[in-house]
Amino acid sequence: MFYREAGDFKTSYAADSQTFPIRLDRYGYYTTLAIAFLFVPLVISDYWANALLLPFLIWAIASLGLNILSGYCGQISLGTGGFMAVGAYSSYKLMTAFPDLNLFIVILLSGVITAAVGVLFGLPSLRIKGFYLAVATLAAQFFLVWLFNKVPWFYNYSASGQISVPTRSVFGYEVTGAEANSEAKYLFILVIVVLLAYIARNLTRGRIGRSWMAIRDMDIAAEIIGVNPLLTKLTAFAISSFYIGIAGALFFSVYLGAVEVGEAFGIQKSFLVQFMIIIGGLGSIFGSFIGAAFMVMMPVLLKNIMVGQLGWATDIAAHFELVIIGGLIILFLILEPHGLAQLWRLTKEKLRLWPFPH
Amino acid sequence: MNATADTYVTEDGRTIGGPVMEMKNITLRFGGVTAISDISFDIREGEIRAIIGPNGAGKSSMLNVINGFYHPQEGEIWFRGEKRKPMKPYQIAQQGIARTFQNIALFKGMSTLDNIMTGRFTHMKTNMFWQAIWKGPAEREEIENREIVEHVIDFLEIQSIRKTPVGRLPYGLQKRVELGRALAAQPKLLLLDEPMAGMNVEEKEDMSRFILDVNDEFGTTIALIEHDMGVVMDISDRVVVLDYGKKIGDGTPDEVRNNQDVIDAYLGVAHD
Repeated sequence: MFYREAGDFKTSYAADSQTFPIRLDRYGYYTTLAIAFLFVPLVISDYWANALLLPFLIWAIASLGLNILSGYCGQISLGTGGFMAVGAYSSYKLMTAFPDLNLFIVILLSGVITAAVGVLFGLPSLRIKGFYLAVATLAAQFFLVWLFNKVPWFYNYSASGQISVPTRSVFGYEVTGAEANSEAKYLFILVIVVLLAYIARNLTRGRIGRSWMAIRDMDIAAEIIGVNPLLTKLTAFAISSFYIGIAGALFFSVYLGAVEVGEAFGIQKSFLVQFMIIIGGLGSIFGSFIGAAFMVMMPVLLKNIMVGQLGWATDIAAHFELVIIGGLIILFLILEPHGLAQLWRLTKEKLRLWPFPH
Repeated sequence: MNATADTYVTEDGRTIGGPVMEMKNITLRFGGVTAISDISFDIREGEIRAIIGPNGAGKSSMLNVINGFYHPQEGEIWFRGEKRKPMKPYQIAQQGIARTFQNIALFKGMSTLDNIMTGRFTHMKTNMFWQAIWKGPAEREEIENREIVEHVIDFLEIQSIRKTPVGRLPYGLQKRVELGRALAAQPKLLLLDEPMAGMNVEEKEDMSRFILDVNDEFGTTIALIEHDMGVVMDISDRVVVLDYGKKIGDGTPDEVRNNQDVIDAYLGVAHD
């Protein structure tokens, strides 16, 4: 009854193109932000942070990144894990080489380095499309993981071949390292997520976003309009890799703390993010978030039900978890190929007419 | 009409200026097949120029040459008094040439508004940084261009489908949105590839009216390919006729209609 456009008049083009055109959506958004910043840090526990909130936020950044490339610009990539590794190793090298560098700067620079690497591997996209491009990016995935394993300089010649994060603080609070507490980690990542989501929304709504979508929908027509295909695809690769690099840097430095590259950034991570954007919704910022939430929360939920409630053995539960999630993915693809975001959009359209559909 | 003079006056009293685009001895080959052989013609400021001919005559190839999709092996293209160097299609778009396609080439995932806003691409300049910040130059530029796009939307009478995804629109409206996208670029030369293909009489009338209005109100130079002879003869100022990649006629609709070569190759005669 309250979810109405009626009475919510737009009197300027700026108001007409705002992110949340319906008043209730706007309030919902501000409420969510307020809860996330003010309430959650008060009640957060280590379990909730490590099992749900931190991975959710970090994967949300990665799926935002991949969604820009695949959902908005139409370029398929299976190199996400490799690009996350670039972000992680960049942050490690930066932190160890410049101990005084602010962590925000480290994360930002890791993103920039990954963007450069992403552009390099994006170059073939001018010539090859679709599945063939996917294979080219798959090469990036394997090459990068191999590189970080093979060249000792990247892991500072440590005996184990692992990288582990030094302790770093932001505004006097430890954010990385074993001693850092969950509130600080959570707030640090949350600030970055909100900023990146805001930037993603802005980039996709204007000139650049439209040129991406034009290339995705009809590249010949895009060219006729004056869109330079190579430049446009490469900016998409750069921005996308920037996001994914930041996600990788946070995943390593704030979340895991110590990383072995093949394990943490293998091909399964590339697929995980791919699933997130497909389930969440291609070409949707909101979809990136719900896709990440779904893929992070579902295993935790299933495990709690199967092990906690039903009392199954953990190994059986772990296998069933894969079966159920696989099944759910297939189900989603059949029922709603445009993802949860589209489902939400349809619900909203229905809600807008409810209870008088005619 | 004197084709060599710099200007001429049409039947309905519009003054047509000098050449905007001159094609000089264009030859285009695909391997052993000659799609266009030694064709010259010009398109003048403010006129509606039709290119007609039977299937496979090289009409669409000609538009693709103008657009930069194909690069002719021989011949010169002069645009606004300058010889054009070989360019990519997007560079040619930046010079002010817009077009529509025979098979609709809209951006299916975007709304009508976004499609037409994309047509403003060459006029929008704010860089990545300001786009990311949004508040400030990017938003200002967006609103300025939105106003121009809204003029186009009003002009084409498609206000009610502004926010509709174009994939959901009927064929005739999609054609109109595509015209809108080309118009939004405020082109110096507008190319229309069969703007009325597959339309019913009413839709054709609408489209003809829009083409004439565009030419009249904005003074846009238009080159179009069309198969409906009634429409072509009614709306165009000059017609060039192609057949098997050769030019067989060029002139006003009346001259072309009475040209024996054109009658033989394309128009035919009424049996009575």
